[in-house]
Amino acid sequence: MTTDVKNVELDDDSKKKVPLVQVKNLRKYFSVGKQKLKAVDGLNFDIYEGETVGLVGESGCGKSTAGRTMIRLYEPTDGEVLFQGKNIYDHSEKKMAKIRRDIQLIFQDPYASLNPRMTVEEIIGEPLTIHGVVKGKEKKKRVEELLKLVGLSPEHINRYPHEFSGGQRQRIGIARALALHPKFIVCDEPISALDVSIQAQVVNLLKELQKEMGLTYLFIAHDLSMVKYISDRILVMYLGKMMEFSDSETLCNEPLHPYTKALLSSVPIPDPTIKRERIVLSGDVPSPINPPSGCVFRTRCPNAMEICSSAVPEWKEQKPGHFVACHLFW
Amino acid sequence: MGKLLEVKNLRIDFKTYGGEVHAVRGVNFEVKQGETIGIVGESGCGKSVTAKAIMKLLASPPARYKEGSITFNGKNLIEASEREMERIRGNEISMIFQDPMTSLNPTSKVGVQIMESVLKHNQISRKKAYNHALETLQLVGIPQPEKRMEQYPHEFSGGMRQRAMIAMALVCQPKLLIADEPTTALDVTIQAQILELMKDIQKQSETAIILITHDLGVVAEICDRVVVMYAGKVVESGTVLEIFQNPEHPYTKGLLKSVPRFDMDKSVPLSPIIGSPPDLFSPPKGCSFYPRCDYAMKICKDHDPEPEDVGNGQITACWLQHSMAKVMNTHTATNVGGGTKR
Ligand SMILES: Nc1ncnc2c1ncn2[C@@H]1O[C@H](COP(=O)(O)OP(=O)(O)O)[C@@H](O)[C@H]1O
Ligand SMILES: Nc1ncnc2c1ncn2[C@@H]1O[C@H](COP(=O)(O)OP(=O)(O)O)[C@@H](O)[C@H]1O
Ligand code: SF4
Ligand code: SF4
Ligand SMILES: [Mg+2]
Ligand SMILES: [Mg+2]
Repeated sequence: MTTDVKNVELDDDSKKKVPLVQVKNLRKYFSVGKQKLKAVDGLNFDIYEGETVGLVGESGCGKSTAGRTMIRLYEPTDGEVLFQGKNIYDHSEKKMAKIRRDIQLIFQDPYASLNPRMTVEEIIGEPLTIHGVVKGKEKKKRVEELLKLVGLSPEHINRYPHEFSGGQRQRIGIARALALHPKFIVCDEPISALDVSIQAQVVNLLKELQKEMGLTYLFIAHDLSMVKYISDRILVMYLGKMMEFSDSETLCNEPLHPYTKALLSSVPIPDPTIKRERIVLSGDVPSPINPPSGCVFRTRCPNAMEICSSAVPEWKEQKPGHFVACHLFW
Repeated sequence: MGKLLEVKNLRIDFKTYGGEVHAVRGVNFEVKQGETIGIVGESGCGKSVTAKAIMKLLASPPARYKEGSITFNGKNLIEASEREMERIRGNEISMIFQDPMTSLNPTSKVGVQIMESVLKHNQISRKKAYNHALETLQLVGIPQPEKRMEQYPHEFSGGMRQRAMIAMALVCQPKLLIADEPTTALDVTIQAQILELMKDIQKQSETAIILITHDLGVVAEICDRVVVMYAGKVVESGTVLEIFQNPEHPYTKGLLKSVPRFDMDKSVPLSPIIGSPPDLFSPPKGCSFYPRCDYAMKICKDHDPEPEDVGNGQITACWLQHSMAKVMNTHTATNVGGGTKR
C-alpha cells in the first residue's frame, strides 16, 4: 500500500522527494474588536504525496482554520504553504483557480454543507461547470460515475439532499470534492456528525479512494482512535500551536508531550476489562485572545515547571521524525 | 438490590403531517437501585424518546403513549397526574441533557436556580437551601463555589456549565438520574472530567443512572448493564461484560466491530454495518435489522423475533437464539437478507 507509514518514514527515496504540501510558519489571526485572536500561530510541517496526516486537538484549537488557510479559503496572517513546491499565496487569481482543482475540502456537517435546493446532479456537477471541464450529457455521465465511485446509485441523480441519510450525504460531499480529480483533500471532521456504524463506511471509502486515486489527505478529527487508524502521521495542536508530530504508531504508543498523553488517556476504550489510571486535566482551554505566556499548555499541564511560564518551548526533533514542543525535552 | 424502575412493552407514536412515526415500538428494561444502565444505538432509534417518556416530558399531542407501563418505585408513571409528576421530577428522577442550556435559565443566577430546585421539593430555610446548593457545587467540582453561585450561566465555560447542570440535577438527591448524551458535545479532556465526576457520584450516592450515549467506550467505562436499541426496540440487553465479550445479536456485534480498536492493523478495513436504519413511519413487519443483517434467514423477513433469555440475564431478540433455529442453523440456514459480508 502506498500510504504505508514506512514509505514515508524509512524509505530513503521518499525522504529526498519534495513533499506535496509544505507548511511554513503559518499564522492566521482574526480581529475580534480591537484584539487579535491567534487561531493558528506558527505551523511547520510537511505532507507527502499519498500520505494521510491527522490533525487533532480540542475544539477551538485552530484545526479548521489551519485547514482552510492551507487551501487558501483564508489569506494567512503570515507564513507560506508550498503546494508542489510553490507558495500558493503568491499565485495570481487565475493561477489559483487552476490550483483549486487540485485541492479540495470535505466538510464536517453533511446537513449544512449541501445546498438543499440543488439536486445531486447540480451539487456534484457544480465544480465541473465552474471549471468548464464538461457540459451537458458528458457532465451527467461524469456525475453518475462519481456517484458509483462513492457507493451511491446513479439513479439518485435527480434527488435532493434531504432525501438522503447523513452517511449518504457525506458521500455526496465526497463525490463533489472528487469531481475535479484533486491531489490533496482537507477532510475537516468528515465523520464527526455520523453514527459509529456509518463512520466506518465513510472511513473505508476515503481509504479506498486514496489507494485508487493516489490522494493525499489532511484528516482533521477529535476522535483519536479513528485518527490513529486512518493517519500515517499525526499532528497534535493546542491553542493554535503545534505540540507534537510523529508517525501515528509512535505518537499513540510512545507519546512525549504531556498534552498528547492526557488526550490519549481521555479516550474511553470500548473494553470493560481494561481499567487504567487516567490523566485528568483540570480546567478548560484558555482563550486564544489572551493565551498563557511561555508554553500555552502550562495552565493545565501536570508537569509544568517555572520555565514554562517565561519561555516558549522550542519545536524540536527529539527522535528522528518525532517532533515535540516541551521544556521537558531539553 | 431492589427494582427501582421497570419499563414494560412501552410503545410511543408521534402524529406528524407525514403520518405516524412509530418511535418506540416495545421497549423493555429495568433499573435496580444504585446501578448504572447504558442505552446505546444509532441516532433516531428512540433513546431520547424513551428517556423523556420516563420523565413524562413528551408533549401529547403529538406524542401518544400507545401501550406499556413505566413503573417507578411501584407506581405506574403513565397513569400519574401532572401534579404528581411535578413532585417526582427534579426530586426523585432528574434528567440532564447534551446541551446544558436546556436545563439552565440564562436570565437567572446559577445559585438561585439550584436553591429554587431545593426549596421546591423541601420545606427548609433559604439559608439551609443556600448551603445545600453550595455543597452540591463543590461535589461536582466547581472551584470557588461562593463566587459561582452569584454568576449567570453564560459566565460559565462549557465544562463548568455541564457541571452546574449536573449539580442542579443532583441537589435533591434523586433516586434516578437520566443523562441523555451528557458528554457528546464536549471535548475528550472535558468528557474525561465529567466521566470521573459521574464515577464519584456512583461511589458517593445511591443514585441509579440511565446513561444514554452512542459512545461504546463511555459505556464500557462506567456502566453495569447495557441496553442496545435498534429502530425503536431493545434488541439486546445484559451486563457490560456479556455485551462486550459475548454479544449475541448481530446488530450488537456489528456496532462493536465498527469502532476501530487502538491496536488495530491499519491495512485491515473497518467493518461497518452496511445500509441505514429503517424508516419509522412504516417499520418492517419482521426483524427490523433484516435488511442489514449478515445472518438473516427467511423467517426474519416477516416475523419479528421475541426477546429470549440467553443466559446470565442476557436478553436477545433474534431468531438465531431460538432453540429450534440454533439446531437448524448449522444445517440449512442460508443468507437471504440484504446483508453482505465485506
Ligand atoms: N471567522 C472567524 N472569525 C473570528 N474568529 C474565528 C473565526 N473562525 C474561527 N475563529 C476562532 O478561531 C479559533 C480556532 O477556531 P477553529 O479553527 O474553528 O478551531 P477547531 O476547528 O480546532 O475547532 C476559535 O477560537 C474560533 O472561535
Ligand atoms: N416530537 C416529535 N415528533 C415527531 N417525531 C419525533 C419527535 N420526537 C422524536 N421523533 C422521532 O422519534 C424517533 C426517535 O427519536 P429519538 O428518541 O430522539 O432518537 P435518539 O435515539 O437519537 O435519541 C426518530 O425517528 C424521531 O424522528
Ligand atoms: S513546556 Fe512545560 S507546561 Fe508546556 S507541556 Fe512541557 S512541561 Fe508542560
Ligand atoms: S438473524 Fe434474523 S432475527 Fe437475527 S438480527 Fe438478523 S435478521 Fe434479525
Ligand atoms: Mg473545526
Ligand atoms: Mg437523542
